[in-house]
Amino acid sequence: MLLKKNIATSETGFIFNPSTGDSYSANPIATEIMGLLKEGKSTSAIKTQILERYDVTTAQLEKDWDDFANQLKYANILEQ
Amino acid sequence: MSEHKQPLTVAVTGLNAIDSPGPGIAVIRALRDGLPKPLRIIGLSYETLEPGIYMHDVVDKTYQITYPAAGTEALLNRIKYIHDKEKIDILIPNFDAELYNFMKLAPTLKSMGIATFLPTFEQLDARDKVNLYQFGLKYGLSVPADKIIYSVDELYTCAELFSYPLVVKGKYYDAVIAYTMEQAQKAFYKLTAKWGYPIIVQQFITGNEINIAVLGDGKGNATSIIPMKKLYITDKGKAWAGITLEDDTLIALAKKFVQATNWKGGCELEIMRTNEGVPYIMEINPRFPAWIYLTAAAGQNQPASLAKMALGDDVHPFTDYEVGKIFIRYSWDHITDVKEFQQISGFGEL
Repeated sequence: MLLKKNIATSETGFIFNPSTGDSYSANPIATEIMGLLKEGKSTSAIKTQILERYDVTTAQLEKDWDDFANQLKYANILEQ
Repeated sequence: MSEHKQPLTVAVTGLNAIDSPGPGIAVIRALRDGLPKPLRIIGLSYETLEPGIYMHDVVDKTYQITYPAAGTEALLNRIKYIHDKEKIDILIPNFDAELYNFMKLAPTLKSMGIATFLPTFEQLDARDKVNLYQFGLKYGLSVPADKIIYSVDELYTCAELFSYPLVVKGKYYDAVIAYTMEQAQKAFYKLTAKWGYPIIVQQFITGNEINIAVLGDGKGNATSIIPMKKLYITDKGKAWAGITLEDDTLIALAKKFVQATNWKGGCELEIMRTNEGVPYIMEINPRFPAWIYLTAAAGQNQPASLAKMALGDDVHPFTDYEVGKIFIRYSWDHITDVKEFQQISGFGEL
């Protein structure tokens, strides 16, 4: 999963797409993931980090991850 | 631009800063930001309640001018009167309806020492609503399919061609989205009564509304291009808030338009970008939009650049602007006195 290069994110969870003018608010965990994506971390590395840090099962993470990825895709902020 | 010991005097129309605002006040604000001082702004008004007339920190003096329907001779006489008093250096018209008269008078105004920077008649016609689809075909620009009609019966053909909803547009202004034949017919009668014939029936395109403010140098180069997405739209379809965008396809589209037409002066491309990302040109307005101050705020002051080009200065095309710059319009109850209203009503100047 790769964010478009021009997507702006902030520590407060604000996401701005300068191509469309759309903006979004992310919750704390989404903000953390967006930050890691912005750093260029791979999907598997981010998932590992989440599993280590939070009390979540792999199955639940995969389910939530797919949902999150779909939202990002729908928001048109991922590279095709 | 050379330093002016005498004030540089710029005459501007479009002082109607109302709910569907004329661009004049925004143009003046940008001129005051970007031109050397001293600067004297002369407002040219039509109606006595145009707010700009009474905004004395924005407009130094206002004169009423004749309506476009009165013709060029009456307009020229009025401008001569104003010029005798004010020594106008530059005149910037901001309404579609008045443009024809000012374009016609431009050589005379030039001989009087009044500079303008306006499109040619050919350029004006090419982007006219009636010719827009052919224009798009000719230059490979995406424009919604349309049909120019003179009879209400032709709406049936349009419905077969485009399916519902149909966009029924007046010759000069106004558009209605019709979901049924009954609504389309009602719109036809309403718009012909108001604006005359023909009626333009356009294919309905859904997507995001984006406007692009463009300044062309008349030689095929775009001096400035600023795309803006409408964030808040009024019931009249006007942007009440908007944000500057970063999008190479929009910049390329505007450059292509300027190159194809050699557009001279300011204009606004109204774009509908589909969910698939195709930018359709819905309309091209041959003057600055009311949100033009955003161009100055984003780093490309289009009105000041136009004024400089009108005076013959070389203005290099801008390359950068601030993305994510937002304008939010607001309303304000300006207080004035009946004496002022009486002055503009009775004497035609204030």
